[in-house]
Amino acid sequence: MRSTFLRPANLAWKAASSYESATDSVPLLILPQPVGTGAKAVDGARSMDERSGDSLAAGGAEPVSAIDVRLVDVTKRFGTQVTAVDRIDLEVTDGEFFSLLGPSGCGKTTTLRMIGGFEQPTSGLIELQGQDVTWLPPYKRNVNTVFQDYALFPHLTIFENVAFGLRRKKTGGAEIRRRAAEMLELVELRGYDGRKPGQISGGQAQRVALARALINRPAVLLLDEPLGALDLKLRKQMQLELKRIQQEVGITFIYVTHDQDEAMTMSDRIAVMHRGRFEQLGRPQDLYERPRTSFVAGFLGVSNLMTGRIDGADGAYAIVRLDASTALRLPREGVSDGASVQLGVRPEKIRLVGEGSATADLNVLSGRVRDASYTGVSTQYLVDIPGGSKMTVYEQNTARAAAAGLRRKGDMVGLAWSPADTFVVQPGRTEPAPSRYQEAPDVRRT
Amino acid sequence: MSWFRRHPTATAYLLLAPGIAYLAIFYLYPTLQMFLVSLWTGTVEAGYQLTFNFGIYPQALAQYSDHFLRSLLYGAIATLLTFLIGFPLAYFIAFRGGRYKSLLLFLVIAPFFTSFLLRTLSWRIIFADQGLALGPLKDLDLLPEEFRLTATPSAVIAGITYNFLPFMTLPLYVALERIPPNLLEAAEDLYAGTWQRFRRVTLPLALPGVFAGTLLTFIPAMGDFVNAELLGSPQSQMIGNVIQARFLRVSDYPTGAALSFILMAAILVGVFIYARVVGTEELTGGTS
Ligand SMILES: Nc1ncnc2c1ncn2[C@@H]1O[C@H](COP(=O)(O)OP(=O)(O)OP(=O)(O)O)[C@@H](O)[C@H]1O
Ligand SMILES: [Mg+2]
Repeated sequence: MRSTFLRPANLAWKAASSYESATDSVPLLILPQPVGTGAKAVDGARSMDERSGDSLAAGGAEPVSAIDVRLVDVTKRFGTQVTAVDRIDLEVTDGEFFSLLGPSGCGKTTTLRMIGGFEQPTSGLIELQGQDVTWLPPYKRNVNTVFQDYALFPHLTIFENVAFGLRRKKTGGAEIRRRAAEMLELVELRGYDGRKPGQISGGQAQRVALARALINRPAVLLLDEPLGALDLKLRKQMQLELKRIQQEVGITFIYVTHDQDEAMTMSDRIAVMHRGRFEQLGRPQDLYERPRTSFVAGFLGVSNLMTGRIDGADGAYAIVRLDASTALRLPREGVSDGASVQLGVRPEKIRLVGEGSATADLNVLSGRVRDASYTGVSTQYLVDIPGGSKMTVYEQNTARAAAAGLRRKGDMVGLAWSPADTFVVQPGRTEPAPSRYQEAPDVRRT
Repeated sequence: MSWFRRHPTATAYLLLAPGIAYLAIFYLYPTLQMFLVSLWTGTVEAGYQLTFNFGIYPQALAQYSDHFLRSLLYGAIATLLTFLIGFPLAYFIAFRGGRYKSLLLFLVIAPFFTSFLLRTLSWRIIFADQGLALGPLKDLDLLPEEFRLTATPSAVIAGITYNFLPFMTLPLYVALERIPPNLLEAAEDLYAGTWQRFRRVTLPLALPGVFAGTLLTFIPAMGDFVNAELLGSPQSQMIGNVIQARFLRVSDYPTGAALSFILMAAILVGVFIYARVVGTEELTGGTS
């Protein structure tokens, strides 16, 4: 079983480093190409091993990206009352930056801890690179963790912290020194070897934690809100840094956060968690453009949600009737005639038009401006729609919008948007608090 | 209020003053006094005179060196034993105690509710040659008639171990309890199995507790005389017994005082070397 742990990235890395020492060449860091992008045999090292073992047995021309982590029907209960994780399935592919996103208490940490081996599932199966690890202790898993508060060993120097994993694996002293230097270089902490964790800043401690985990070249790196303790500016900087490092080393990252911006900017794919379940899993743009539940629509950015009943079709679109006098259109797929649906549209997709102006291809509602606030890049409107609901609209402050003039409180306006931008959500198992409109943090998303 | 703010140093001394005064009156003064006593010559009957007889130090040391060595040996063995018993105990309470932590800690210190002397006396009764523990076994011929526990060095060491166990256990508990659980998880995550995790993380982080516990046990154990008195024989007398006898039985104050100072000096030197060996770096976690 040991051999299945020798994954391509490892081999490539090893090959690269032996190449480096053999030729005594200049570059300090030779890291493998990102794996799993379909780029075959970028360098000599890569060509020596296309996916080993199992996939060869499986045979044939399958996609290069293999499953690194697989959760099958995993449930975790604490006692009889708390179901922290509720029957989730997950497949994370090699080299992917995968995020678990959700509000506090939704089960993100528990999920991560089960992958790391700190917690055993009540039921279900966990596989790492095809091997069932459900009952393996952490030290037997080819996975490393960056803990939320870093968990650096206070009695050891930065160097010894970073070297800890290799020492336990009985790697030779010279190799440890070389790789630790390489890692401290990667996280830009050269020269800090001799300090103790109490003598460095939070951001630096964060990097040490990263180096300490990455030096072991795990198949998967688990990160539990690693930037949670940093201030906003440092956070932004470290987000880019983490992304760079992930691309450089090509290791699968599973990243836990409750910050939607962070998840959106960094991830290849995101699973939005809510009450121990995956509400939706997909690429950031899919989650944003096509949220499938009201929870996702409200948690990722701002959504305007309405309810109506499907009433016939019009070409590619289904017609949805909100009330006797109002009908909208939305993409037909996945809705059935006569069904009652909840539909939504993002605030920045809506344009303000003159009241009653005919815009044939668009969905149009009319309403009265309740509130307008100018935020520089855009103006945020809150519009009352007949029937009692409110819509949030973000209008870019372009020349066109300026020419139309700033709408004032009490003005009658038309709201127009493309039927293609309309999405249908399933009512969540539980209604999330913020779904209609919320304030500032999401303005950046427009 | 503002005066205290403007004079932080003076404020600090003011706060220290009661403590300093207390120590000066009840510790410093008697210590100096005792030092002078050690330099007296004479007898109780004829009276004493301060003659600065420093010769009494080498003389006392030579005369009672056996007792010093015995104290050192018994103290060291007892300290080791308290550590070997106390560490697993503290470890269990700290990491596995769960909601019974407070109760278990209470049980550790529960013996303190009974007098030290009384408990040791009851040991003597329980383990007497025909006592509660040995009597029945001897009656059943499971033990030879001449077998005994009391009046042996083992009994003295066992008594010291028992009496000082809480002094070892509590500091160890405090040190272990303070170790953040995620450090242990991090060690496991970094491929340390149970033993390596203990050896590389738990133990080094518990070192301040080990240091405090061994000192709190060893120092009083070295000077103890109750256990040797009640559980030992004339052949297992410790230096504490000699000092006690010099003062209270034969009223040879100068020798008793000199022995006390030799003991104090020996302990100070020992602690100093110990601190150096264990390393202050490890103790502070290098955060200074
Ligand atoms: N050891 C435990 N015993 C009992 N309940 C627990 C335990 N660990 C977690 N829980 C519960 O399980 C649920 C999920 O917890 P988890 O730590 O996974 O949340 P999270 O998504 O990481 O939240 P946060 O963003 O606040 O860190 C919570 O309701 C929590 O109270
Ligand atoms: Mg968490």
